[in-house]
Amino acid sequence: MSTHELKTGPLEYRTQEGQMSILGFWIFLGAEVVLFSTLFATYAVLFGRTADAPVPADLFEPGITLVMTFLLLTSSFTCGLAIHQMRAGSLKGLITWLVITLGLGLGFLGFEIYEFIHYAHEGATLQSSSFWSAFFVLAGTHGVHVTLGIGWAVLLIIQLVKRGLTPVTSRKVFVISLYWHFLDVIWIFIFTSVYLIGMVV
Amino acid sequence: MSKNTKHVPVQHIIGFLLSIVLTLLAVWAALGSNLPVAWIIIAIMALAIIQAGIQLFMFMHMTESSSGGGHVPWNMMFHGFVLAAIIVAGSLFTMSFGFHHDHGSHTDHQEESSHQHD
Amino acid sequence: MQLDEFFVTGEPLIYGGMVSIVLVTSAIIFLLTYLKRWGWLWREWLTTVDHKKIGIMYILSALAMLFRGGVDALMMRVQLAFPNMNFLNSQHYNEIFTTHGTVMIIFMAMPFLVGLMNIIVPLQIGARDFAFPFVNAVSFWSFFFGAMLFNISFVIGGSPDAGWTSYTPLAGAALSPGPGQNFYLMGLQLAGIGTLATGINLMVTILKMRAPGMKMFDMPIFTWSTLVTSFIIIFAFPILTVALALLTIDRIFGSQFFTLTGEGMPMMWANLFWMWGHPEVYIVILPAFGIFSEIIATFARKQLFGYKAMVWSMILIAGLSFLVWVHHFFTMGAGALVNSVFSVSTMLIAVPTGVKIFNWLATLYKSRIQMTTAMMWSLAFIPSFVIGGVTGVMLGMAAADYQFHNSYFLIAHFHYVLIAGTVFACFAGLVYWYPKMFGHKLNERIGKHSFWWFLIGFHVCFFPQYFVGLDGMPRRVFAILPEWMPLNVISTVGAFGMGVGFVIFVYNIYYSYRYSKREEKGDAWDGRTLEWATPTPVPFYNFATLPEINGRDAFLSMKKNNETTFDEERLEPIHMPSNTGQPIIMMAILAFASFALVFEWIGLAVIGLIGTLIMMGIRSFDYDDGYHVEVDEIKKIERSARGL
Repeated sequence: MSTHELKTGPLEYRTQEGQMSILGFWIFLGAEVVLFSTLFATYAVLFGRTADAPVPADLFEPGITLVMTFLLLTSSFTCGLAIHQMRAGSLKGLITWLVITLGLGLGFLGFEIYEFIHYAHEGATLQSSSFWSAFFVLAGTHGVHVTLGIGWAVLLIIQLVKRGLTPVTSRKVFVISLYWHFLDVIWIFIFTSVYLIGMVV
Repeated sequence: MSKNTKHVPVQHIIGFLLSIVLTLLAVWAALGSNLPVAWIIIAIMALAIIQAGIQLFMFMHMTESSSGGGHVPWNMMFHGFVLAAIIVAGSLFTMSFGFHHDHGSHTDHQEESSHQHD
Repeated sequence: MQLDEFFVTGEPLIYGGMVSIVLVTSAIIFLLTYLKRWGWLWREWLTTVDHKKIGIMYILSALAMLFRGGVDALMMRVQLAFPNMNFLNSQHYNEIFTTHGTVMIIFMAMPFLVGLMNIIVPLQIGARDFAFPFVNAVSFWSFFFGAMLFNISFVIGGSPDAGWTSYTPLAGAALSPGPGQNFYLMGLQLAGIGTLATGINLMVTILKMRAPGMKMFDMPIFTWSTLVTSFIIIFAFPILTVALALLTIDRIFGSQFFTLTGEGMPMMWANLFWMWGHPEVYIVILPAFGIFSEIIATFARKQLFGYKAMVWSMILIAGLSFLVWVHHFFTMGAGALVNSVFSVSTMLIAVPTGVKIFNWLATLYKSRIQMTTAMMWSLAFIPSFVIGGVTGVMLGMAAADYQFHNSYFLIAHFHYVLIAGTVFACFAGLVYWYPKMFGHKLNERIGKHSFWWFLIGFHVCFFPQYFVGLDGMPRRVFAILPEWMPLNVISTVGAFGMGVGFVIFVYNIYYSYRYSKREEKGDAWDGRTLEWATPTPVPFYNFATLPEINGRDAFLSMKKNNETTFDEERLEPIHMPSNTGQPIIMMAILAFASFALVFEWIGLAVIGLIGTLIMMGIRSFDYDDGYHVEVDEIKKIERSARGL
């Protein structure tokens, strides 16, 4: 392990540690793909098994899910801008865009919680049937990921304020940006295969 | 990457606009068009895959050579998606038990259980 | 909750277990206090991030688990040889076959192999540690606490009793209430976190930390098998994570995934379980293949025959391992199409496996074989494994499987592949790399005794089970028909033979510690790969310097060119990570949360989870990036280790 630091290129790739952490995180994302696809498979197999609970077509609303989707899409975009600022060397720009990203993420979570409570009022809960179990666990796992991401990013912003842009902090920020974009990828599939298909079939 | 020094992140903006357009297109295909259900499902899943590609290639810097990761990120995502296809399609195939039925209605469930006693 | 609901009561065998746990624990505490070793234990072992020490802790834990799983096995064999003696009742028998299977696969086979990988892989590729030493320590402690959590179940709360496959609806809350099944779910979940992290860690290590000049196709074959295995781990373990989580949510929070009510689908559990479970089989067999390849090449004194074919067949096996899972439940009731597809894909796996067998034989062909203990384990593996493999192909034929399924034929088959494959490999690998770990060889004479006892015991135990299976004896029964008696008695005799073999093996560790000649050079077996280039005992930084590698069998060419890993001209300060107590504390808190969840004490579980998150936050703010070993110190260490 050399501690030699490269002199050019993005800050987060300049040390061997930085490169390895980012590579390790990519591999972890490979595992996350499988984790979510298992949940998708469960959802697909249990699709339509609503027992006595309401069917999804009666509960899903295009408006609110579209708003959630745009919130998350935009947050993914602002997160990309944050990395752009980081690579341009602007700490202030980075923190600003990160905070905006988190705000959008919180908005998404708020809608998701509202949505879950609403469904529960209509008689569709985790316990009511296997379809609804699969729905809540799939969407909920994504929601938990978003929540953890927000907490994690807050810790990183504190570190950025304390330490500025170093190979270590920029590596950490880059990793969480990967995580955040990845959650958007997952949401695209939830939006498509859960909500859109749920409203069509 | 020379783009890093540019002031306007062109790639991100294009990606963002594209994903909004694709999302709206998917919503229209699902709720506004009169396509048969099977076609709708195929079309919107294809749109979702394109959007995932936009995130991975345009936002996540998956193929950046300065990362020192070589083809590994790309490889892991590729294999991840292959596995996703195996898990989802394989589960649907296996759990259909090789019989044709629709989970949607109650009568079919009774049929399913009687099939298993055949 | 009453105390007598918390502790298991009314079973003399379990009271015996409790007494021995208390005795052993107090003996350990007494010894540590009397010898004033608490500080040493904490500084040298519990807080270490050194891959070699973590590997040794993995192997020690795995040996302890082999003992526990082995005692379970012997108790089952006693019951089946004397079914009317009421040694075990049906409930106790159910618990024991469940814990036997789970312990052997999850807490014995995997950690044993992961332990060997921990020690050997960085040495084979010329790395100074894992890519993420901290994460490696976290992995170990998550496995360790997972294993403890699972094992404690037999005295506290009661053991799981639904089989190691834990099929629903039997394993669901309606039919298996109480903490037993939760122990299974939480123990595996906790250990699974560590396994996934180890997979990622090993993959990054192998991809990014190889010695200068070592290309992918120059890597030793054990490292290749580790890389392929970590690929399988990364893509298979998340499936288990989800399956366990869904069943946990079913049992504790009342969801309906695998229930009989609410249109749940119990068979989906089998589907998810085996989607992980089949790749898992290859997670424990591919490293074994790697170990045998190393040993056979070393003691046949020849380059491994068909290196590239070996690598590609492992990659092919890894790919196919994700496409065959349904063959574990052909009899579930799926139609001919589903079963045929998976029957064909199952048989395909025999092809790359056959390629490997022939490559080993070709390596041995016209070679000068040295009959060391490690080599004998490897030679015994080939025919024994072939018997297991061929009967596996028989089971893979869906139509025939309706006859074989859930009979002792199946039991014999998977013990033939898992013992002859994985367990032989663990023993062989431990014997082979023992001098590298501890600075002295295991005694060869005693080692051969243990080998013969174990090998003959193994065949006597499991070969009859093929026939008693064909006679119709089903698995997981505690009472048997009279016509199955003779073969069962023979089987039990064989099982005790294996037990004797294991005891001799453990005695050999003690004997060799006392009497074996200490190694003076690092190269105990005239080896071919880089791990033998280090001095023994291996310095904590592994390699002072490394030559440019070009080609396979790197150490052979180093010996030819008179190169060592100590080139005084090129010495530079070495960067090493600091020890830390965070991994053990973090995982202890998570284990506490899991234990609370087992008893469905939600409040305590939430507190534990928050504690774990706080530990992760503390880690995030920890900017300790290790220390440097100075050139003078390296010189001193290397000179004394090399006797210069």
